[in-house]
Amino acid sequence: MGLKSKDFAVARRMVKAEFKAIADHALLVQFSSELNEDAHDLVVALDRVLADAPPPGLIELVPALVNLLVDFDPLLTDHKAIEADIRNKLKQLEPTPHTGTLHRVPVCYEAPFCPDLSAVARQAGMSEDAVINAHIGGDYRVMMYGFAPGFAYLTGVPQPIQVPRKPTPVRDVPGCSVIIAGPQCLITTLVMPTGWSIIGRATVQTLTDDPDRPFLFDIADQVQFERIDLSHFDKLTKEAAHG
Amino acid sequence: MADAKLHVSFAGPLVTLQDAGRPGHMRYGVSASGPMDRLSFAAAHAALGNSPGQTCLEISLAGMQIDCREGEVTLAVTGGDFIVDHNGQKGASWSVLTLGQGEKLSIRAGASGSWAYLAFAGILDAETWLGHSATHASSGFGGGAVSSGQTLSVRDTRTCPDREGAIATFNVNKNTPIRVVIGPQDAHFVAGATDLFVSDTFKVSDAYNRMGMRLAGPKLLLNEALSIPSEPIVRGSVQVSGDGVPTVLLSDHQTTGGYPKIATVISCDIDRLVQARAGHPVRFTAISAQDAIAATRADAEMREVYLDGVTAPHGTLEQRLFRENLIHGECDP
Repeated sequence: MGLKSKDFAVARRMVKAEFKAIADHALLVQFSSELNEDAHDLVVALDRVLADAPPPGLIELVPALVNLLVDFDPLLTDHKAIEADIRNKLKQLEPTPHTGTLHRVPVCYEAPFCPDLSAVARQAGMSEDAVINAHIGGDYRVMMYGFAPGFAYLTGVPQPIQVPRKPTPVRDVPGCSVIIAGPQCLITTLVMPTGWSIIGRATVQTLTDDPDRPFLFDIADQVQFERIDLSHFDKLTKEAAHG
Repeated sequence: MADAKLHVSFAGPLVTLQDAGRPGHMRYGVSASGPMDRLSFAAAHAALGNSPGQTCLEISLAGMQIDCREGEVTLAVTGGDFIVDHNGQKGASWSVLTLGQGEKLSIRAGASGSWAYLAFAGILDAETWLGHSATHASSGFGGGAVSSGQTLSVRDTRTCPDREGAIATFNVNKNTPIRVVIGPQDAHFVAGATDLFVSDTFKVSDAYNRMGMRLAGPKLLLNEALSIPSEPIVRGSVQVSGDGVPTVLLSDHQTTGGYPKIATVISCDIDRLVQARAGHPVRFTAISAQDAIAATRADAEMREVYLDGVTAPHGTLEQRLFRENLIHGECDP
C-alpha cells in the first residue's frame, strides 16, 4: 500500500537539512553531501525565501551546489536565531525547478577561438560539427559562482561531449572563452590558465560594465548557446565595443 | 580646500589601495577584499579623525617610498612594526606626522608585522568597482596596485598638528592561540587530525599573500581521497589540500571551493593572524560557536573604546602642556 496523498504532502514538507556553524558569523545549510539536482533546487528555493524575508542581522547569502552559506552580523544575531528562522522557512519550502531568466549567448566555434575542438571531437568519436551541435543543444543552468569574480559555473554539457580536464593547464586563455570539463561549462572573465577544453568564444561578458547589473547571470538562470560565424562575431563584438 | 600630489618613487609588490571592503557580492564570486588587518586600518583613519572606511594604502613587507610634490598633508601609519622614515628622521608605524612639500616618506619592513596602513587627512583618489576602492589583488579590480612612478592625489587635505605623534596600540595578547570553530568538514579527516590542528604548532610558510596563508606543520590527513561538492568559503576558512597542508583563506579568498575545511578562524582573531610573517609560529585553539559569538561581541566593545580613544586629538604640544598644568592644578590640594 502506498502513502495517501495527505501523507505525501506531509512527507514532502520534511525537507532534511544539516546546519553547520562557521566561525562566529555564518551558518552553512546543507541539503546533501553529494551532487544532485534536488539539493540545488532546495538551495535556490531557500536562497529566494531568505532574500525575500531576511532574518534580522543577515548580511549575505552564498548559494553553492548542495548548500547555502548564510552570513550574518554576530553583533546583531547568532547561529541559533538564524537556524530557528531557517527551520521555520523550511517547513513551507518547495524545491524550485528551473525558473531563472533565459539568456541566449552567441558563440563563435571557429579558429582561432576553438583550440581544443578537434581534441574533444576525437575523444567523443564524432565530427567537430556534431560536437558544436551537441554543445548548442544542451540546457545549461547557472549553478554557482566561484574561482574569480564573475566566474559562473554552468551545468548541462550533454553526456556525449563530456570530456575530462586536460592533464596540463594552458596559460593566458583570453576572457570570453567558452570552456568545458565533464558536465560543466563556463565563460571565462579575465585572462587565466585553465585545464578545461576551449571550444569557442562568446560575444558577451559575464562581468558587465553595467553598474545596475554588474553580473550577467543569477543563480538558477538558464543559458542557451547560439552558433555564429566569424564575420557575425566580428560584427557583434565591434558593435559592443562602440556601445 | 587644498590638494596634495604624492609621487611614488618606489612601491613593492602587493602595495594596494583599500577601503573597508566590498561585502555583499560573494554569490557572484567576489570576496569582500579590503584590509588584511582591519583594526590597524580603522586606527589609521581614527587617528586622523577621518570617517571610517575611507581609502588608504595597504603596504606589504616590500615597502614603499613617496615624495610630496605639491601641497602638504597630515598622515597616519599603523600596522605591525614598520620603519617610517620622514625626510631622514627615522620613526616607526603607529604615528601621525605632516608631510610637507618636497619632503620624502619611506615605509619599510621593521622588526615585525606583515601589513602597514598609510592613511591621509583628506580624500585619496582611487578608482572604484561596485562602489568600493578595495583592491582584489589577483584581478586588479578596485583601486588597484600602486606602482613605482605613479602619482597619488589627495583632495581636501588637512594639516592637523594636534594629532601628530604616537598612536596608542590595541592591547591584545599576541601570544595566545588563534581561536577557531571546528568544521564544517572535520568529519572528513582521520581520527585525531582536528586535535593535532589545535594542539600542535604550525609555521607561516612563504606562500602567503592576500588570498591566503599556507601553513607548514603536521599533515592533516583526510580519511579518504574524496572530493566534496564545491561549497562557500569565508575569510578565515582553513582549507586542507589533498596532501594534508592547511591554508587559511584571507581577504581576497575564492568564494567557493572543493577542499574540505577543518576549521574557521573567528573574525576578531584574523587581524592578529595576518600580521605574522613567514617562519613565525602559529597555534590554534578550538572554541564553540556560542563562545565565538561572545568573544566577537566582547572584542567589538573593546575595539570601540580603543578607536574612540585614538580618535580624540591629543592636542598640540602647547595644548598638552597647558592641559597637564590644569590637571596638575586640579589635583593639587
